[in-house]
Amino acid sequence: MGQTEFEPWNDPQAKPLIQFRGVTKRFGDFTAIDNQSFDIFEQEFFALLGPSGCGKTTMMRMLAGFETPTEGTILLGGQDIAPIPPNRRAVNMMFQSYALFPHLTVWENIAFGLKRDRLDKESIKARVAEMLKLTRLEQFASRKPHQISGGQRQRVALARSLAKAPKLLLLDEPLGALDAKLRQDTQFELMDIQEKTGTTFVIVTHDQEEAMTVASRVAVMDHGRIVQADTPARIYEQPNSVYVADFIGEVTIIDGTATPEGDGYEITHAEGLPPLFVKTDKSFARGQACHLAIRPEKVAISAEKPDGRRNMLRGRILDIAYLGNISTYLVELPNGKIVKAQTANTRRLANRPFTWEDEVWLSWSDTAAVLLEG
Amino acid sequence: MRRAILILVPYLWLLALFLVPFLIVLKISLSDAELSIPPYTPKLDLTAGWAGIKEFLAGLDFENFEFLTTDDLYWKAYLSSLQIAVISTVMSLLVGYPIAYGMANAPDHWRPTLMMLVILPFWTSFLIRVYSWMGILSTEGYLNQLLIGMGLISEPLTILNTNTAVYIGIVYTYLPFMILPVYSALERMDASLLEAAEDLGCSRITAFWLVTVPLSRNGIIAGCFLVFIPAIGEFVIPSLLGGSRTLMIGKVLWEEFFNNRDWPVASTVAVILLLILIIPIILFQRNEQKQREAEG
Amino acid sequence: MRRMTWFNATSLTLGFAFLYLPMVILIVYSFNASKLVTVWAGFSTRWYATLLQNEAFLDAAWVTLRVAVISSTIATILGTMAAYVLVRAGRFAGRTLFSGMIYAPLVMPEVITGLSLLLLFIGIGLDRGVLTIVLAHTTFSMCYVSVVVSSRLVSFDRSLEEAALDLGCSPAEAFRLVTLPIIAPAVISGWLLAFTLSLDDLVIASFTAGPSSTTLPIKIWSSIRLGVSPEINALSTILIGIVSAGVITASLITKRASLRQQADEQAAQRT
Repeated sequence: MGQTEFEPWNDPQAKPLIQFRGVTKRFGDFTAIDNQSFDIFEQEFFALLGPSGCGKTTMMRMLAGFETPTEGTILLGGQDIAPIPPNRRAVNMMFQSYALFPHLTVWENIAFGLKRDRLDKESIKARVAEMLKLTRLEQFASRKPHQISGGQRQRVALARSLAKAPKLLLLDEPLGALDAKLRQDTQFELMDIQEKTGTTFVIVTHDQEEAMTVASRVAVMDHGRIVQADTPARIYEQPNSVYVADFIGEVTIIDGTATPEGDGYEITHAEGLPPLFVKTDKSFARGQACHLAIRPEKVAISAEKPDGRRNMLRGRILDIAYLGNISTYLVELPNGKIVKAQTANTRRLANRPFTWEDEVWLSWSDTAAVLLEG
Repeated sequence: MRRAILILVPYLWLLALFLVPFLIVLKISLSDAELSIPPYTPKLDLTAGWAGIKEFLAGLDFENFEFLTTDDLYWKAYLSSLQIAVISTVMSLLVGYPIAYGMANAPDHWRPTLMMLVILPFWTSFLIRVYSWMGILSTEGYLNQLLIGMGLISEPLTILNTNTAVYIGIVYTYLPFMILPVYSALERMDASLLEAAEDLGCSRITAFWLVTVPLSRNGIIAGCFLVFIPAIGEFVIPSLLGGSRTLMIGKVLWEEFFNNRDWPVASTVAVILLLILIIPIILFQRNEQKQREAEG
Repeated sequence: MRRMTWFNATSLTLGFAFLYLPMVILIVYSFNASKLVTVWAGFSTRWYATLLQNEAFLDAAWVTLRVAVISSTIATILGTMAAYVLVRAGRFAGRTLFSGMIYAPLVMPEVITGLSLLLLFIGIGLDRGVLTIVLAHTTFSMCYVSVVVSSRLVSFDRSLEEAALDLGCSPAEAFRLVTLPIIAPAVISGWLLAFTLSLDDLVIASFTAGPSSTTLPIKIWSSIRLGVSPEINALSTILIGIVSAGVITASLITKRASLRQQADEQAAQRT
């Protein structure tokens, strides 16, 4: 590791660009944002991730200035932004619908914000040219929005919102309207542009893969609260709740009770089945209800009983989902519980070792599962 | 502040030039006729303060409304307006539906042109469109010339200055209002529904009655109201095409006002006309509302 | 599956014949040499010549044109404001009354509108003339404008305005630079509608016009009450000609624009 990690949220000296302080937003009786406090740092690529209606869009619209918090304050660079109307904020937004002005050309769309700042003609020209180059749109400058493709429109929207060099760029489902293939390419392009310009990005998305790919930190939201905000790896490997574990990727959740045992806990989960063991530094009371979350790719599947594993369960293959590069097995335990296991298909299909109704062994290491409070 | 100006300017304009005038009509309908200018009493004298308002209220009565119930001219005029409006509406539907149906089934590239042809008369002067029938329907008019020339009749028909001419005039001038909503309902209909109906054993005609007509119901209702509501208060058509025996309330109001100079009675006629119109207007609004909700 | 059967063809032919024959006859007979309107006596343009020398008609036409231009322009401004209020202003005291006053004039019989405005003008002692007709026409046509404009505003993507604010526009600038150019077609058709309604109106103008401010419809009315006249046929032909030219041009422009848009979109898909 030659490079130092970019982790300002772990640095007590770092000054956050945006601070939410006890922010609540209510629409009538409905609480969209429930007393949230968190920080976003300069040059971060921060993703707000959650299902529709979780409050992520409201959060973004408060930053842009289209909604005001009911309670609490939002600070931008240490300054309360509540009294600043959207047109005076050093914040720009890329809209989900792109909101490109249909009566203006691509060039005029990008120049729109610059003209509002009363810049002189030469600097506007230079800046628009720079933006067109950044987003590879030079040859489309004189076209109207309906004369270009969806992917190009997306880049115009990005260029337009970046043109004013905002301190903070908000992106509302920026890739939602693109097809799957284009979306992947554009994700990398977004990251590239974010790095080049050094702008702080806050992205709202419901697509967990997108959030994991682009963001430096992901905030998983549910019912107006941020449940967990952390790096993609930690969100995946160390979810702090069943909700997060379940929302991100595939997982099997086993309910049980904890009993302290060595440097971890033994989990009793079903009568007649051996207890499971998990290493953890969290502390649970004896007999406390808990959940064990296991990612399917961490579960090994074998025909013979494996050696030297504390976590071993016997079951029957109920279903196989063949996805090309990997296969997911749904294995039913004697008590009816279904556990997912995944294997990479390194061999050809003809040699696949298991089939429906096969009796198999599932096993995983002491550190593979995550123990969560009930 | 800016929002307040935006709301207040059109608001005040409408208050001053729509609501206030209407309240004046209401007030005069409750006053007595007098041979002066303006030819009615009492007048509201606000300079006299509360006493003025009291005196004003004391002068109000329902005499004019009672008068309208005693003179059967008004009853007959209201009833005959309703009758003429109903008959013309039904005739418009019978004429308009096949046109709308034909348009909805015309090839795609024809439809904008057909649409324009339906809308075009709407932009032409209403007065001229009504007038154009005077030359056609008169005793020595083009229609009689044609029919006599073909040997179908020997004596000219009297059509102008009868209710028949009024029906023709209303159907002719309001036809676009019937065609457009029916057409837009039919045009939106999925053609595969008819194929499904035939696949399930309907003949073309039963498919029309069981699928097409129910699905164009909202268009039919909207079209009928759009013809019926203005037809009731119509003045120009009965005056030009109708005869002295054609009674329509708009015409009565005009004559009370301009010929008899009886402002209180004219105002009373207006108030009652509005009361009659309120029911179809509310029904129409409800139909539109329902349709909007159905479309999400 | 569209069916162009003989039934459809017949109903379209008869229907459009019904809509257009009366006007065609009117136009043909305006070129009739005879004073007897129903007897054809050879081609002539003499009635156009008499019409153009008739000062009373020319004066009335001038009054009508002035009234129509002024009233439709004010009505477009007020109607657009009203539409904006209806669609965007959210809740305010008296909103129901406001939307009621926008929709009521659309279904109000003209005789009532005319009568009530006349009573108002007499009540406040305003002399009847061009001004009173303009006030009357503005009032009812602003409601038509606001219906046309608000139906466009309803489908207007609000994020366009938000984007303008986000890029530094004040609300007024956002309206001028973004909203107005986009809803312009609806505003223009609102103006055209108001203009036509004003040109066309007989009943309300009869109530609100003074002796010195006779409009063209009032003039036509007083001469056709006596029966068909060849001069009026000529006048009708001129009016029908102007309107048809206008409507056909407008629809050709829209058609060309939509074809170009389609071609552009197809081209965009290919790049």
